[in-house]
Amino acid sequence: MTIPTSSIEQVIPGQGAMAQPSAKPAKAKRQRFLFVRNTKAATGLVVLGVYVLLAIIGPWIAPYDPSGRSNDLVQGPSAAHWFGTTHLGQDIFSQILVGTRSVMYVGFLAGLIATTLSVLIGVTAGYLGGKTDDSLSALTNVILVIPAIPLMIIITSVLNNASDTLIAVVIGLTSWSWNARVLRAQTLSLRRRDFVEASRASGETTWRIVIFELLPNLTAVIASGLVGTVIYAVLSEITLAFIGITSNDGWNWGTILFWAQGQQALGQHAWWWFVPAGLAIACLGTALSLINFGIDEFVSPRLRSAGKTKLKTAAGHTVRMRIGFTPVLENSAAPHTHARVISTPVMREAK
Amino acid sequence: MAEPVLEIRNLNVDYGLGDRAVHAVRDVNLTLHRGEVLGLAGESGSGKSTLAYGLTRLLAPPGVITGGQVIYHPAQGSSYDVLALSDNGLREWRWAETAIVFQGAMNSLNPVHKISTQLMDVLKAHEPNMSAHSRAARAREMLKLVGISADRMDAYPHQLSGGMRQRVMIGMALILQPQVVIMDEPTTALDVVMQRQILGQLIELRERLGFSVIFITHDLSLLVEFSNRIAIMYGGRIVEEAPANTIYRDALHPYSKGLLSSFPALRGPRRELTGIPGSPPDLAGMPAGCSFHPRCPKAFEPCGSAIPVLGRPDTPDGAGRSVACWLHPAEQPVG
Amino acid sequence: MKYFLQRIGFYVFTAWAAITLNFFIPRMVPGDPVQSLIAKYKGQLSTDAMQSLYILFGLDQHKSMWAEYVDYWKQIFHGDLGLSFTFFPAPVSQVISQALPWTLLLVGITTIISFLLGTSLGVVAGWRRGSWTDGLLPVTTFFSSVPYFWLGIIAIYLLAGPDSFFPSSGGFDSGLVPAWDQYFIPSAIQHSLLPALTILISSVSGWILSMRNMMVTVASEDYITVAHAKGLSERRVALSYAARNALLPNVSGFALSLGFIVGGTLLVEIVFSYPGLGFTLLQALGARDYPLMQGIFLIITIAVLVANLLADIAYLLLDPRTRKDG
Repeated sequence: MTIPTSSIEQVIPGQGAMAQPSAKPAKAKRQRFLFVRNTKAATGLVVLGVYVLLAIIGPWIAPYDPSGRSNDLVQGPSAAHWFGTTHLGQDIFSQILVGTRSVMYVGFLAGLIATTLSVLIGVTAGYLGGKTDDSLSALTNVILVIPAIPLMIIITSVLNNASDTLIAVVIGLTSWSWNARVLRAQTLSLRRRDFVEASRASGETTWRIVIFELLPNLTAVIASGLVGTVIYAVLSEITLAFIGITSNDGWNWGTILFWAQGQQALGQHAWWWFVPAGLAIACLGTALSLINFGIDEFVSPRLRSAGKTKLKTAAGHTVRMRIGFTPVLENSAAPHTHARVISTPVMREAK
Repeated sequence: MAEPVLEIRNLNVDYGLGDRAVHAVRDVNLTLHRGEVLGLAGESGSGKSTLAYGLTRLLAPPGVITGGQVIYHPAQGSSYDVLALSDNGLREWRWAETAIVFQGAMNSLNPVHKISTQLMDVLKAHEPNMSAHSRAARAREMLKLVGISADRMDAYPHQLSGGMRQRVMIGMALILQPQVVIMDEPTTALDVVMQRQILGQLIELRERLGFSVIFITHDLSLLVEFSNRIAIMYGGRIVEEAPANTIYRDALHPYSKGLLSSFPALRGPRRELTGIPGSPPDLAGMPAGCSFHPRCPKAFEPCGSAIPVLGRPDTPDGAGRSVACWLHPAEQPVG
Repeated sequence: MKYFLQRIGFYVFTAWAAITLNFFIPRMVPGDPVQSLIAKYKGQLSTDAMQSLYILFGLDQHKSMWAEYVDYWKQIFHGDLGLSFTFFPAPVSQVISQALPWTLLLVGITTIISFLLGTSLGVVAGWRRGSWTDGLLPVTTFFSSVPYFWLGIIAIYLLAGPDSFFPSSGGFDSGLVPAWDQYFIPSAIQHSLLPALTILISSVSGWILSMRNMMVTVASEDYITVAHAKGLSERRVALSYAARNALLPNVSGFALSLGFIVGGTLLVEIVFSYPGLGFTLLQALGARDYPLMQGIFLIITIAVLVANLLADIAYLLLDPRTRKDG
């Protein structure tokens, strides 16, 4: 549903850079902490933490039984029912809280399954090459182009009353291909690096090279793939639940939307019925995306935020960094009124 | 000596701003004269490429020019400071007055356009009134000049060999007949035979067309062979500048001597290859005084505390050369 | 040409894989769905129809799996996808051929607009980093994290209604008969605006982001510095040099993401009761109409493969390096 937009695949380090001396030998030490210091990643992690907490304690702190009926039918938000009630008088706030566990469980289980598969298939294909690569790549591409949602719908509809675990397995099995592709490309480029070549020349066994040389260098890519798949799995589970494919006894945000749609919440202007579930999904998705942006920027510094393209000089001028036109700061004391210091087309006479 | 065409005055280039800025080029003064080949040598990280990109304002972020002037003397009309040009003025100046041959012939050409397109879009930008027909004719003529047959006009970069691509770049650099051509390690990616073939061709073209060349390389033996004058950079500064054969015969700065003994000479007497002990300085943490002194075999008392000034040395053939070394204190500073 | 043939080979292989998958999935169904169907439509089913259903579900006891598989292929080649339970006795192929044009037009046109719009915005955002376009990124991130169908619900809630210009459901006014005339076409367009807008808003952000990142990556390539050194105009450098190269991975990304996008758009159809394949799929799901579900899956897969092939052709035209061997 969302398009995986990891840029990692496309940024192969060390490509095409001109031999302009790199300017950051002193920054090397700070790199390690950069990921956590990255505001995007930090925000994402905090929000994700809240969701994980709710997944654990949600069912205990829910004020009502999410399936328990009451006489307050289709009531708007109130002190008793923060998010209002359904056509059966069920408390929507409790449904959201209880549903968080199912969403997180399916999201992370499917994410883990897909990531494991993608590492196995992608790294194997990239490292071994040859016929193995050809067949694994073909498999990956086939799975990639077959539309996953209709396939999931068919598989899960055939399996009656699919449990959360089963749904997670189906999602995991159908959504590993994108990451496998990315990992294959990364492995291919890593394999040609000196340190891997050196290990091979010194007779290290294949699995030792993969585990100790390749995987540590693929950590960021794998992490970003995991996060991306979790987003995708959450959206898929909710999509399936929305069209009625879910376990019969559990609640998740998609189930809430299924009942809201089925019971004409729109026609009754019961906005509280469908808005909270959607916002819960959107916030979770945004948090996960933020984590991924953090990883992306961590891996390829070129993408790091635009904050550094504008700089203040000691004298207080703003200078915009820009490719193709290096800024010129004059050391003269004359005040400059323009943001770009040299902006007058005057041709000066040489002295 | 001939009149100057490009004068670099007190040029300073930093990477980054504020306290964390790294000074990559410091107080460089250098003059390129009409018709000469000026060689710029140094190890990687010495600031030679930064100098070239800085003076054309092509340095990528976080590069910043913190001061200085680049005075350009056109064939006709009055001189001006390139660093003070407006964006449009700079665009007009680029390529028409000063063209560059970059080091990566592989990546210098846009992979999705035909080489004819890439030759002709220079003409389109700088001579908008030129007809399509004469643009194509000029492009063909330039290819012929660098020894590529006109039927390769419609080739894409990936269809050409490395040497051919670099010839295309040279042809492209000369298409507007600039007065100055900057060559940044133009042949590093090529094999030795191809290197010499292309450089020989370029020198021959220079004699015919009369442009001046700034030739940047770490390969001093190439410079000795192909350039008139050589400036040697270390740690962002010029440490020695002299006519090519003077440097070759009798380099004054210990660093220049070290560089010369790192390469086998193709011609002339054999000499011992020794190289320079130690590694190039970290631009972020420059040693005090002469930045070469930690590696210098002849370092003595003043070297660690004060920076030597580039100036005319106290030697008998001191005229026409300058050096920044406490062994040869300057009689007359340059600048 | 060699590249092109390879791609065609790949798509044929994928189509084979999808059809084979389609053959095996129903064999996982517990019980005997055909028997219950025969009971339901007592006497209305011809022997031929019953036979075809048995082949579809692999319940023919007398045949080996291989013989069933061969029969299944024969049916596919005759365009026979079985009978729909929901729209009994209409054949699946007929049900699909009614729904397909709606989906093709809505999803096809919207996806192309979304790609073009997102890519253009991405060019601007990537080239002019630090300008207002960077402010778009958080907004687009939020929208890309929302399920398409939920955005559709919100759109209906906020914009559609009895008094609104936007109808909340259907593909055309109920009083009209589908035809290429001056009454039907405007009505169909009016009904498709809101679903189209929903798909556009959900999908455009992905293109903006990926194109922006590619622009940033390409901007530090050597040939961009050369283009600046040549004194070309900013526009020429940004479009003909940077964007032109950054576009290539985005086009292949477009092809690869089609499967994802189509899945999401089917759900939008469901929310809007839009008479396309997604809505039909929902109806099939409710009635456990396996032949129809399978048929829809097959058609969607083939449509995605054809779209992929078109994207490949576009890539072939855009990147000279793939045109000849080398």
